[in-house]
Amino acid sequence: MGLFILRRLGVMILTALCLTFIVFWLTNLYPNLEKLAKTQGNFRMSDEAVTSYLTNRGYTQSLPVKYGQWLGVLPGWEIEGSDGELRRRCEEGQNYCGVLQGYWGYSTVFKEDVSKIIATRLALTGKLMFWVLMVMVPGALIIGILAGMREGSKLDRSLSTFSIMTTATPEYVSGVVLIAVFATPLFGMQYFKGTATSAMDDANFQNFFLPVITIALYGMGYIARMTRASMTEVMTAQYIRTARLKGVKFRTIVIKHALRNALIAPFTVIMLQIPWLLNGVVIVETLFNYKGFGWTLVQAASNNDIELLLGVSVVSVFVVLLTQLISDIGYVFLNPRIRIS
Amino acid sequence: MEKQDYDGPILEIDKLSISFFTRLREIPAVMDFSATVMPGEALGLVGESGCGKSTVALGVMQDLGVNGRIVGGSIKFKGRDLNTMSQDELRDIRGSEIAMIYQEPMASLNPAMKIGKQLAEVPMIHEGVSEDEAMKRALEVVTDVKLPDPQRILKSYPHQLSGGQQQRIVIAMALMSKPSLLILDEPTTALDVTVEAAVVELVKDLGKKYGTSMLFISHNLGLVLETCDRICVMYSGEAVERGSIEDVFDKMQHPYTQALFRSIPLPGADKNARPLVAIPGNFPLPHERPQGCNFGPRCDYFEEGRCDADMSIPMEIIEGHDRHQSRCLKFKEIDWNAPIEVGEQKEKAAAGDVVLKMDNLKKYYEVAANALFGGGDKKVVKANETLSFEARESETLAIVGESGCGKSTFAKVLMGLETATDGQIILDNRSIGDTPIEDRDTKTVADVQMVFQNPFDTLNPSMTVGRQIIRALEIFGVGDSDADRKDRMLKLLDLVKLPRAFADRMPRQLSGGQKQRVGIARAFAGDARIVVADEPVSALDVSVQAAVTDLLMEIQREHKTTLLFISHDLSIVRYLSDRVMVMYLGHVVELGTTDQVFAPPYHPYTEALLSAVPIADTSVEKKHIVLEGDIPSAMNPPSGCPFQTRCRWKDKVAGGLCEKEVPAVRMMADGHQIKCHLSDDALAEMDQVIKIAAE
Amino acid sequence: MEPLTWTGNVGDFLNPIFWIAAVILLVSVIAQIILSFFAEEMTLQANPDGTLMRRGGLFGLVERLTKYSFFAVVLIVLAYIILGVVLPYGSVGIVGNMAKQFTPVWLALIATFALSITFKRSLGLYGKLFDSTVGMIGFGLVMFWVFTAGFAGMFDMLATHDPLQQISGLKNKLPGVPLPEGVEGYPHYLLGGDNLARDVFSRMVYGSVIVIAIAPLATVFAFMVGITLGLPAGYYGGRLDTILSFLANLILAFPVILLFYLLVTPEIVATGIPTFMATVLFIFPLVFFGVLINSRYHTQPTQRTIMLAVVLGVLGLLYLSLISQEGTVFNFMPAALDLFDISSGILVVFVSVVFVNSPTVFRIVRGLALDLRTRDYVAAAQTRGESSWYVMLWEILPNARGPLIVDFCLRIGYTTILLGTLGFFGLGLPPESPDWGSTINEGRKLLLIFVHPALPPALALLSLVLGLNLLADGLREESLKD
Repeated sequence: MGLFILRRLGVMILTALCLTFIVFWLTNLYPNLEKLAKTQGNFRMSDEAVTSYLTNRGYTQSLPVKYGQWLGVLPGWEIEGSDGELRRRCEEGQNYCGVLQGYWGYSTVFKEDVSKIIATRLALTGKLMFWVLMVMVPGALIIGILAGMREGSKLDRSLSTFSIMTTATPEYVSGVVLIAVFATPLFGMQYFKGTATSAMDDANFQNFFLPVITIALYGMGYIARMTRASMTEVMTAQYIRTARLKGVKFRTIVIKHALRNALIAPFTVIMLQIPWLLNGVVIVETLFNYKGFGWTLVQAASNNDIELLLGVSVVSVFVVLLTQLISDIGYVFLNPRIRIS
Repeated sequence: MEKQDYDGPILEIDKLSISFFTRLREIPAVMDFSATVMPGEALGLVGESGCGKSTVALGVMQDLGVNGRIVGGSIKFKGRDLNTMSQDELRDIRGSEIAMIYQEPMASLNPAMKIGKQLAEVPMIHEGVSEDEAMKRALEVVTDVKLPDPQRILKSYPHQLSGGQQQRIVIAMALMSKPSLLILDEPTTALDVTVEAAVVELVKDLGKKYGTSMLFISHNLGLVLETCDRICVMYSGEAVERGSIEDVFDKMQHPYTQALFRSIPLPGADKNARPLVAIPGNFPLPHERPQGCNFGPRCDYFEEGRCDADMSIPMEIIEGHDRHQSRCLKFKEIDWNAPIEVGEQKEKAAAGDVVLKMDNLKKYYEVAANALFGGGDKKVVKANETLSFEARESETLAIVGESGCGKSTFAKVLMGLETATDGQIILDNRSIGDTPIEDRDTKTVADVQMVFQNPFDTLNPSMTVGRQIIRALEIFGVGDSDADRKDRMLKLLDLVKLPRAFADRMPRQLSGGQKQRVGIARAFAGDARIVVADEPVSALDVSVQAAVTDLLMEIQREHKTTLLFISHDLSIVRYLSDRVMVMYLGHVVELGTTDQVFAPPYHPYTEALLSAVPIADTSVEKKHIVLEGDIPSAMNPPSGCPFQTRCRWKDKVAGGLCEKEVPAVRMMADGHQIKCHLSDDALAEMDQVIKIAAE
Repeated sequence: MEPLTWTGNVGDFLNPIFWIAAVILLVSVIAQIILSFFAEEMTLQANPDGTLMRRGGLFGLVERLTKYSFFAVVLIVLAYIILGVVLPYGSVGIVGNMAKQFTPVWLALIATFALSITFKRSLGLYGKLFDSTVGMIGFGLVMFWVFTAGFAGMFDMLATHDPLQQISGLKNKLPGVPLPEGVEGYPHYLLGGDNLARDVFSRMVYGSVIVIAIAPLATVFAFMVGITLGLPAGYYGGRLDTILSFLANLILAFPVILLFYLLVTPEIVATGIPTFMATVLFIFPLVFFGVLINSRYHTQPTQRTIMLAVVLGVLGLLYLSLISQEGTVFNFMPAALDLFDISSGILVVFVSVVFVNSPTVFRIVRGLALDLRTRDYVAAAQTRGESSWYVMLWEILPNARGPLIVDFCLRIGYTTILLGTLGFFGLGLPPESPDWGSTINEGRKLLLIFVHPALPPALALLSLVLGLNLLADGLREESLKD
């Protein structure tokens, strides 16, 4: 088991390195740097001015070197610029300053340390995600189990229709529809607020319900369908028939015999769903103007805020990889067949 | 629930009819079925797949699923009609009064629940005992089913046990609350022969010990002979004959029963002198049953206008026998003692030159010790250990062994899908053991072909039959043009006795036997000289087996093919092979002509194997040898002689030699070799295992 | 001109009935769900004639109520549509007039269904789709949009106005607003005007053209890539599998939106990276078909060469025309041979959607190949010395088609959602483009004040994706029945 986790961790770190390198490379392509120089300096900069601006700030070094510096495994640059000013990547007295040392860079849009921005924004998104998971996971599992325990029944059909509807509704559609119905006077049901900006400080049912339910609905249908599929499969398994013919009550069969076996597959799905939730988070935060992590991503990307974008990428990549790891370990843990062998 | 005393019949099924309902039609699965099981009696239910025998069992359990329904008749258990019981009443009976054992032990145990808990559940539900008490009970029963270290087993999960152990647990679970009726649905089909013998033995003993009545469902007549008192033969949804074992086996009164016995290889049958008689035609699908007698179209005694009249044929009592009945209009007219019309007798084909020679072939695999987690440790699995033999032209060499004995690996190496670790395979004086299939020339590839085991898997489901054969012709470079190849393909269909119209059919439109014939046609597309047949008939129904076996023999005779016949079924091996090679855990433990192998001296494993095979002949007496335990895993073979863990002769060898050294190969008589430490005297002491009583 | 109401004169009569039926339906469905928890376990009551006993009591009543009210709702909706088509302009309001606009689509749908149901027994899996209600509803929804896109894209039918035409005075006007005096054309904006005074209805109709053109095609490419790489990964296993799986997981670990933001920006397009990616990704169909033909016909060299030449020639020309583009790094085709040019915006959208979808297809195909390679017919092919590619493409792939077709439908739906996401963030496609994602994006800015510009494209996208999901469900159900 220990070896297994170690191996997974190794692969995870390798993946993270590859991914951050790709992001680093894409954000450091020359047209992006040129745009950066022009937005930071002035828009009518000549080509030479751009070059010297970039050279003075270490942007024209070779890509692996820059990446190493950003990572913190190579000493930061120290360049005496063409304007005679001596610039350093790191503060005085420090040679290595990269992500590994906790130096995430400085956001050009927000004029603040990237690590600080990410911390506050992540906390806000954490709040959102927490409620989303609280609504989504129990909801999805209950729907899936109820639908799957008697395949083909009326209950199954109604619930399956519901879950197929929600999987077919991306967040930007359900968000728009929900706002139209519940946040405008159009249908006479104006119960909620159409923006969640105020929820950043003070989340309540009125301003937070719509964004939460918008994300939860989309993921819920998918997980519910997986749970249902897994549950119907288990319910037709021979050991369920064995249990039935042992004289076990239907309720006991579902709870004691079927549930644990049926939950193995959905657990993996739930974990792997979290990266997709990230998508939903970006859409919903944009739609509801909730200034969390997803909103930051959009701001960083559309304003070419390289350091911030890199920081955001690192965090999201790690979230994805972490959930994959948890899903693997949990799978092994839930499934006795694998644990011992 | 209190178990009331009752001394009438335990189970009385009267004119039971069960149907399944699909969107299109009603499919009758069981019609007019009656049976009675007395206390302590074991009733065998025999028939081919699809005849409705399992449906009867599920009907008794009242568990027919959403589509199945009992449409007539009654099922009385201890005098109470199960059909009219409420769900609650049924639940009380299930597991406590009637218990069931299924075919797949692994599938019938909950993978995520410990064995002990699954067992303890039964008395906890039905008798309301405490968990401690129930666990104590579970421990007792697990000891009863002769499992080693019961304490540990109770705490383990199903996947940690071997197939044989799992089936014992399923039996233990069924016996937890001492039911009055035990239903066994093909309980040993998924197990190896020697394990099967031990499980059957156990069921018999426990049945006696607990006084349980049994309904034993099987397709294997030999097994029923060994376990049951009475038998009921089913064909296409109906019981066609029932009576005591002796009456039905020796004084059968239904043409189907007779045909069934004639199509299975019993001792005495011989491919040349006394060939099997296959039942012509196919098993009718439920919605294509003929008018009148269901067996009519395939029956030798068929009489037009009488057997196919539009009426149902009643079960009639045969006078003078013990509750013996037959569903045949003509049973009184048929001369049941008439000798079998002996089919064409054939000359034994003389074996020709040596075509194939194995010389000290070895195949080792390296596998990761732990598949999921990968990791450093690798284990070497010795799948084949020093395999040496020769095979001649037109000879049939049978390779016999149970799972894990290395017969499939050997086939793979021969075919070139794997390369040998050491040693040589010599085909016509050329060594091909190191040549993978991509590097073999077309001729070699076409010369060595294979017939596969599973008929449902052997043909590509999305390509027509004709196309698949033509593809084989194309790849073997046979024929000059598409038209020529098409012609040859049709001729190949003729060869395997399939109608030419089958060329345009998809595999799913064919029955199992027909698919297997296509598989044979494909193997002979390039005029193969060596054909490896990997259990080609074991997945087929008894009545079809004979026909496919005969076809294979006939083609072999015509083409002078060398047939390597892999099987675990010693009856069929004895029937068709010239020489036999017995394998155990990668070793050849015995090799010789069929007569030599089937007569003493035996290798101890061969002896046990012979004793384990059920034979459907009341005149055969078998020595009773039951092997302890399961076949060791090839990943973890025992030290010394591979068979030493289960060998009953082990103490005859001094100094624990068996545990230390792999025995050398010993030549006994001409061409007969045995791999054993036993002294010549000890070997000479062995008795014949199968004796045919003088008639 | 008067503004149109939603249902016109017909509505005076039909609307109350409709609402009553709808409310009954809703209540009875909810009641049914609640009741099903308490209803006793179904007992199998065998009648001598083999029929099932109907479950009586409250549950049965609710069940029947649901059925009848459902039929009533469907009938009334049909009435709105048919009356709209039949009655003259204006008398049936917005709903009826939209139904009238869609007349060619209704006719095409009726023809398709009539033909398919007549010949369903000889149409294989497609025919069996018409045995499943769910499948038929899904197929109907999908075909509705396919026909809409077809008529609008090819013949400029259905829409009432040009999707880019702005008519002053109609900015953010509500549905049914009449055109100002003196302006030529269709007399109303059926679904109102958007914030640039364009017709919402026409934009929705034209939006379908973009989605229906890109989504299936991008999915096809993703499948080509996924199959060509997934088969060998699953079949050979070993190191190849490890490397390819690692790469697939790498792409899958990328949050999709981040990837889009990195790839679909003008700066990145200027570097030519999307064109390079297109060059690599679009070569897969050539490889696929080349290997497919070669592995099958290599025993007959002449036949093989001819077929290869024809297929690869055609595909090659298409491929070269596709990647050769003015203003990019690849601009080598003489104009006479260059069949078409695709705007770089669409190309980059296309490429990134294919790129995001391929790894998932790869994983599915790999899993199927892993399972199927142990079959005896694969072993039979191996023992007669077939090449690995023959085994993969002709023995394994055809038998994996069931799950792949189902996933194909689902994946088109997912691609549609991705395209919408791109539009929603204003990436790739030009801002005035009528595609649904961009329209939703524009509409959401004033969502709290004017709902009508954002809702129609949102519902359109919803119905298409729902249709694809239902279609996939129906196909899955029917293909399992064999």
